[in-house]
Amino acid sequence: MPEPPSLIGASPLRKEGRAKVLGAARYIDDIELPGMWHGATVRSTIARGRIRSITFSDEIDWSEYAIVRPSDIPGENVIVHLIKDHPCLADGFVNHPEEPILLIAHPSKAALLRAKAAIRIEYDPLPGVFTIEESEAAVESGDAERIMWEPNEAAGSATFGSANCFRQYQLYSGEAKETEAGLAKAFEEAAFIVEGEYSTGAQEQLYIENNGVIAECFRDEHGNIESLCVQGSMQCPYYLVHALTVVFNLPEDKCRVIQVETGGAFGGKEDFPSVIGSHAALLAMKCGHPVKIVYDRAEDMAGTTKRHPSRTRHRTALSKDGMLLGAEIEVALDGGAYTTLSPTVLSRATLHAPGPYRWPFLRVRSKAMATNIPPHGAFRGFGAPQALFGIERHMDRVAKVVGLTPEELRRRNFLRTGDVTVTGQKLHEAFDMNAMLTRVLKEHGYHEKLARFAEENKTSPIKRGVGFAAFLHGAGFTGSGERRLNSEVVLRVDKATAGQPARVCVLVSSTEFGQGTNTILSQVAAHTLGIAYDDVYLAKIDTAVVPNSGPTVASRTAMIVGKLVERASLKLLETLRTYSALPETCDRDTFFAATERYFAEHETLRTSVRYEPQAPVFWDDQLYRGEAYPGFAWAIYVAEVAVDMNTYQATCTRFDALQEVGRVLHPVLAKGQIEGGVAQGIGYAIYERCEWKEGRMMNNQMTNYIMPTSADLPEIHVHFEEVPSVHGPGGAKGIGELPMDGPGPAILNAIENATGVSFHSIPLLPEDIFERFTSLGHLHGGSEDIDATVDRDTEVEAPEVTV
Amino acid sequence: MSTIQITINGTSQSLDVPPMKRLLDVLREDAHLTGTKEGCGEGECGACAVLMNGELVNSCLVPALHADGASVCTIEGVAPSAAAEGEPAHLHPIQQCFFENGGAQCGICTPGMILATHHLLDKYPNPTLEQIKEGLAGNLCRCTGYMRIFESVQKAAQALTTIST
Repeated sequence: MPEPPSLIGASPLRKEGRAKVLGAARYIDDIELPGMWHGATVRSTIARGRIRSITFSDEIDWSEYAIVRPSDIPGENVIVHLIKDHPCLADGFVNHPEEPILLIAHPSKAALLRAKAAIRIEYDPLPGVFTIEESEAAVESGDAERIMWEPNEAAGSATFGSANCFRQYQLYSGEAKETEAGLAKAFEEAAFIVEGEYSTGAQEQLYIENNGVIAECFRDEHGNIESLCVQGSMQCPYYLVHALTVVFNLPEDKCRVIQVETGGAFGGKEDFPSVIGSHAALLAMKCGHPVKIVYDRAEDMAGTTKRHPSRTRHRTALSKDGMLLGAEIEVALDGGAYTTLSPTVLSRATLHAPGPYRWPFLRVRSKAMATNIPPHGAFRGFGAPQALFGIERHMDRVAKVVGLTPEELRRRNFLRTGDVTVTGQKLHEAFDMNAMLTRVLKEHGYHEKLARFAEENKTSPIKRGVGFAAFLHGAGFTGSGERRLNSEVVLRVDKATAGQPARVCVLVSSTEFGQGTNTILSQVAAHTLGIAYDDVYLAKIDTAVVPNSGPTVASRTAMIVGKLVERASLKLLETLRTYSALPETCDRDTFFAATERYFAEHETLRTSVRYEPQAPVFWDDQLYRGEAYPGFAWAIYVAEVAVDMNTYQATCTRFDALQEVGRVLHPVLAKGQIEGGVAQGIGYAIYERCEWKEGRMMNNQMTNYIMPTSADLPEIHVHFEEVPSVHGPGGAKGIGELPMDGPGPAILNAIENATGVSFHSIPLLPEDIFERFTSLGHLHGGSEDIDATVDRDTEVEAPEVTV
Repeated sequence: MSTIQITINGTSQSLDVPPMKRLLDVLREDAHLTGTKEGCGEGECGACAVLMNGELVNSCLVPALHADGASVCTIEGVAPSAAAEGEPAHLHPIQQCFFENGGAQCGICTPGMILATHHLLDKYPNPTLEQIKEGLAGNLCRCTGYMRIFESVQKAAQALTTIST
């Protein structure tokens, strides 16, 4: 019999694709339950202050409504993420605009708007802090009035935090004292010392489907709460289970969570469903009906999480031939008003801050500051895009000071196979950044363009340029995360029934929200078992049925969960060999024949596996050293830009993305992931700005928060290097977040190449470019007018050449 | 309440609705066709796009009264045998091409995107890339970066031209 074609690297049809193109896929707002009510959230109108009074206007017959106040919460008034500082409902005090204060429900959705308007809340306002700098200044000046967050024993933050600071990390490239001494020497002996400061703005996930859930609360014959069921649009059903156990003081098995078709997430539905899910469950408890809460766009944008704004400072020592000797890096994130996931976002930022380079001596100090802004949360990349923007813009600045091309500087300093990273992780698996750089610059036509644009820019009002960014992205949970998660995957064989042949069911809590979870996990199972893709399906994500395979985040699904599916499949084959005489070399027919023999003697056929590292993975949380990630993806992205010197609009005109992500499981989905991430990254760089006023997002509409349309994006060329990794199924590594990291720095590097002016902040909008050029005194400056070395934003120390 | 006469996916019906109710809600709540999605509620994202008398409209901006007498095609009416009972047997070539070429990821923009494609290919059976970009610029997709969608549209154009010749 001929060998069936490999399913790894094939592109079978997306499992749920047919329902999606038919419009038949059912998202949360498409679901109605009998007797269902609708819920709404009454939110704070100020950034910080005491709630003085809440008045219900008597124009409304409030007996028709269910109202939930903090005192109605049966368990703790807390949304638990990493710690417990985030109230489910503000109780007497608000810490950010749009903070939930009350919940109301009514059978008619239309009746909610009028009722919300009839609730009047009065406050005694207090001063707030709205930026990293304001938050720092409050601490430094000892301004007690503006200390808006303090560590708290009861909340579990006492050991980590300090005033206005959720968490700090210190990463040393070796033993602390030795590294400090090494750094002192490096800076003393350096031929060049280059400093720079880089900042990034908040970014809205802007999934096209807003957050939404439907909750039910079931009571026993005595009227006591027996159990809850919440279904909704989400990434991590077990996060919501955990949140519900705290809010309702119920055991886990009484808090059932079901994920329904989810219309985009990107991290925006990682931590936030714990909030909206708890809210809907409280309303269901109160009114005795199922309750649906679906936000409209304005509420979703104003009230839910965004990417953390950041500020990164670099101080770098180099030898006269451009070798990196040492660096001091400081990363600061704006975490918003409560801790939520900021410590883990900060950790990923810290670990990615050094970029893909060799550092003899390095120190990273990082901190997540509290501000009176709605809590920032998970967004694809999770701290890495911020940190990598810093290092990759800085490397271009360093190159200029040292007198090397951006390309040559990086070539001299790239990490190589077998090197040890700054956390002490040996890079066992083969990769070659130099070869990748050569390949992608050629694919892009980089060198030819450099020369041509330099010539054309002399006379053209459109300045063109090219730039690139080199980076890495750790796949899987940071540090000891995967060990702690202890993820489980179950495979079950379903017996043939009248209308349905026997099939294999994959039971995971890993959710599908467009990335292709259903498809790739089916591929892995089918490939490993030697059966057809159509023989495998994923169980509906229902925590009453599926085990906890961990959250669907951190580029971990393909690599970590995929490997678990592969191992569970191998274990299933082993079971069938042991009990049902499955031959060593088997195919689809012999596999299902063996399952039939198994069922003749057994009721059920299931296998279960738990996470085991595929190579030594050890992380020391105290020392902040060890294997930071099971595996890294490596990438180099090249951008071509055009800056119109009449309108000051920068446009990305071509993009090449080359990455080494291990074996590509599904080329069509993988390309789609990269292209989609690059598009979000282009938006992050030159289109998407959150406008803030006293902690409130002012442009919380799609009309004034500008994400790229089909007309705004360039051709995005995706290239893969495939070096199989031991960590993932069939050699795959994580891919999902990676493409978010590169576009920001690549595009700003290209804009510097085009205009001769270096910009250090994203988003970079036409008004920013305009302002910079007018401040330079060149209203309609051609490139010859701009002194390439002028640099107002940060200080570059003059090269000091040692003897 | 007003009574409007509206033909949805070929079936004429009479509905009693508030005159200013959004066509989007009429379709979802009164006609129970939930394939049309709400993304922004202000005509920016195109998730709610439908064909009304052959024109592409954002149904969140159309008052019910304005749709009186109109013929509306929603995603449920795109596949050839979209009858009331169950799933249709065959996908429309546009749907098939989105399915095969990675044109749908999370799927929430997909109904509007497919109707926009339908409209585009009615106008330009062999569209250039520029025409595709412009034709779909009113439909936002946050997942794909549009590249797979462009490819889906190009493949659909080929498939439809092959069928019609």
